Amino acid sequence: MIFSIVVTGAPYSSQASASALQFSRSVLKLGHTIHRVFFYADGVHSGSALAAPPQDEANIPSEWTALACEHDLDLVVCIAAAVRRGVLDENEARRYEKSGHNLSPDFTLSGLGQLVEAGILSDRVVTFGA
Amino acid sequence: MSDTKKSFLIINRKAPYGSSAARDALDVALTISVFEQPLSLLFMDDAVLQLLPAHNAAAIGQKNLSANLSMLEMYDIDQLYVCQRALEQRGIRPDDIELNIILLDQSGIAALIKKQDQVLSF
Repeated sequence: MIFSIVVTGAPYSSQASASALQFSRSVLKLGHTIHRVFFYADGVHSGSALAAPPQDEANIPSEWTALACEHDLDLVVCIAAAVRRGVLDENEARRYEKSGHNLSPDFTLSGLGQLVEAGILSDRVVTFGA
Repeated sequence: MSDTKKSFLIINRKAPYGSSAARDALDVALTISVFEQPLSLLFMDDAVLQLLPAHNAAAIGQKNLSANLSMLEMYDIDQLYVCQRALEQRGIRPDDIELNIILLDQSGIAALIKKQDQVLSF
């Protein structure tokens, strides 16, 4: 079965992103595929390369990156939600004349159309909210 | 755009202000409509407060949501389902809502969810 995952809760504030990671690992382990993981609303913070949690806590952005590399996952961060919250890639940092960018290179900024397209092409869309 | 059609249901559960959920859901609704997919919206819990007319959101420094909700019709989004129990619990009469809504009891809600291809929850 083809799944897509939506994450709307912020990492560390809510369990959404951590639960979505566990669910995604299980889905892949059972032989299903994940068409896309879409990070929306506060979920965009999962794409920050600058998160520095204490060593005895999970580094959620790094765990997404590791899973994406292993399974060739498409990690998409909603661009409108992200730039509002200061999650920028190099292009957006330049466009808004900001001094730095923090989107992890394994994530892509894109529009809500990517969420709808994921819904059209997937058998199931599972949302992890706050 | 894909030729495949999927029916989408957006479940709204949150109050119009206090979190970005209502606006996030509305943005997704408009995008689904741009993709010309069949779409229904369901309002449950505090989300029924989104449907009340004449919000004065400027008083709390927020953008008014009700103007966007009235845009739904322009986008041909006319399947607006409302949890009857949530209205009753909050003392809202269906007549207080100026949009064309369809009231559902709990079994109606279950049937609505069951017939969808995709359900997104906010």
